[in-house]
Amino acid sequence: MNNLFVYCEIEDSVVADVSLELLTKGRKLANELGCKLEAIAIDNNISNIGDQIFKYGVDVIHVCDDAKLAPYQTIPHQKIVCDIIRQEQPQIILFGASSVGRDLAPRVASALKCGLTADCTSLKIGDYDEKKTTKNPDTGEITTTVTPYKNLLLQIRPAFGGNIIATIVNLHARPQMATVREGVMKKEVCDENYKGEIKPFDYKKSLSDIDFVVKIISREIEKSKINLKSAPVIVAGGYGVGSKDNFRLLHELAELLGGEVGASRAAVDAGFTEHERQIGQTGVTVRPKLYIACGISGQVQHRAGMQESAIIVSINTDENAPINSIADYVITGDVAEVLPKIIKSYKANSK
Amino acid sequence: MKKGFKIIVLAKQVPDTHNVGKDAMKEDGTMNRAALPAIFNPEDLNALEQALRIKDQFPETTITVLSMGLPKAADVLREAIFRGADNGILLTDRKLGGSDTLATSYAIAQAIKTVGDYDIVMCGRQAIDGDTAQVGPQAAEKLDIPQVTYAEEIVGISDKDITIRRRLEHGVETVNAPFPVLVTVTGTAAPCRSRNAKRVMKFKNAMTSMEIEAANADKALYEARPYLNITTWGADDVDIDAARTGKAGSPTFVKEIQSVVLQAKESKRLTGSDTDINDFVKDIIDNHILG
Repeated sequence: MNNLFVYCEIEDSVVADVSLELLTKGRKLANELGCKLEAIAIDNNISNIGDQIFKYGVDVIHVCDDAKLAPYQTIPHQKIVCDIIRQEQPQIILFGASSVGRDLAPRVASALKCGLTADCTSLKIGDYDEKKTTKNPDTGEITTTVTPYKNLLLQIRPAFGGNIIATIVNLHARPQMATVREGVMKKEVCDENYKGEIKPFDYKKSLSDIDFVVKIISREIEKSKINLKSAPVIVAGGYGVGSKDNFRLLHELAELLGGEVGASRAAVDAGFTEHERQIGQTGVTVRPKLYIACGISGQVQHRAGMQESAIIVSINTDENAPINSIADYVITGDVAEVLPKIIKSYKANSK
Repeated sequence: MKKGFKIIVLAKQVPDTHNVGKDAMKEDGTMNRAALPAIFNPEDLNALEQALRIKDQFPETTITVLSMGLPKAADVLREAIFRGADNGILLTDRKLGGSDTLATSYAIAQAIKTVGDYDIVMCGRQAIDGDTAQVGPQAAEKLDIPQVTYAEEIVGISDKDITIRRRLEHGVETVNAPFPVLVTVTGTAAPCRSRNAKRVMKFKNAMTSMEIEAANADKALYEARPYLNITTWGADDVDIDAARTGKAGSPTFVKEIQSVVLQAKESKRLTGSDTDINDFVKDIIDNHILG
């Protein structure tokens, strides 16, 4: 009881990356709390769900496997998730901040009258002292009471357009609920041989015909397309990367940071990478939170496609490369030497 | 076929966080809210446009714009009326202050119930001051009606239901939902039309009772032209339970606020040395640039 839950987002019987990332984080938080990690899996043809997610350290999977439940629909999933929560009383439940999670989680929170924090960029376990000051109306005496709360989920997120970072806690209502965007947490198998328990949930009791009033008429889901526009981090390469081979380093760093690989026109023309990755006036315009330009001189056409990025890093052997004038960090050096160092350092310093 | 629908558009007045100037942060690192202009939440304008398109096709449609906020949020109601909405309702009360999304959705749902008869509630997917995208779905749950989020275009409408194309992160989905329904509209939907000059002339003096009082305006005018009155409701007008609103009704607490130091574009110059690279990586991790 009072365990940590993750709602698994599933498309065509496959658990989404964002959910695997949450399971990875959830396992670590559950260890800190000394509780179990449990998952909710609602879809069709998911008899292999254990093979998909036990290795992330999942102790229990609550499964609802039925053709009626796929693809995702708001009300049926909401009713089932609410009933599982009522039955299992988790202390925390996490959702992906995707078009599914952001559709479902608020509705669940509303039905259970719980607090929900959207798009967390960090989750921690910590304490909070609630201070309350009361004034005795007769004597005028002021008393301050402090109620300590232990082991709360600290939900950390940017607010006001990223100008402040707020730490949110839910003191009373349970479960504590949060959503996290894809790529924010790392996906990491905890133990290939980890074995948990599969518990089918009797979802038929939760549903009635009226819950299926919204009809899906058509769906076109594109799989694993290069999605530069929504990538929070872009590692982009130019002619200065030198070779197709060296581009692998960019992919390695991008994957580590939960981002995508982009390119300048010169790199695309040189055949280092595919055309879909081209950023600039004739390519895609991006504004990620972090843009790492590797061996890109920064012609105005390229800058037009990325200059609104929040933080720009330029790695270039030429310390006077034009892109350096709009960069927040200028690292003077060879991409092939600098990138492995960043990868190594990030692995050592990240959570 | 019906000649019109009853639509409620939810609109929020928000600080313009996307255009944060140099003076937006005070020297002590706190937000200088006065320096941020208050604007019509952008995606709520996309929602208004979708409602107006239904009205274009079915002229007997009525569009009521509802905003919860400070008294000055009457500005967004006027703006919506200038662009084609029929009337505005301002839900404002100190008791509602400090509400998180759960308490806000409760108050808004109460106001929608007070309006009573409606086919569609439309709002932006999210507001730029919080980017939570929660209030729409939470209000739908409280009203016990279906929701269609991430709507990009209305592709069909009948007496009983509406067909909507949704823009998801990995594709598109078309769904059909019966009335009443709550629809949240994304910023990729059609932009809102501009003000209509005739409507600006007709409604430029539209005000809430508080504004009429404050401006010492000619009350006879507002009696003679009732359409110039923007309805104002307080918590009691929409039967709000005090325990479910404001701070009391908000399960989430802000434990602490850290301001993000806005850096001028003066680049940090680093070499490729191990120490420099390490410092750089720690910098981007510590400053919440990642994630």
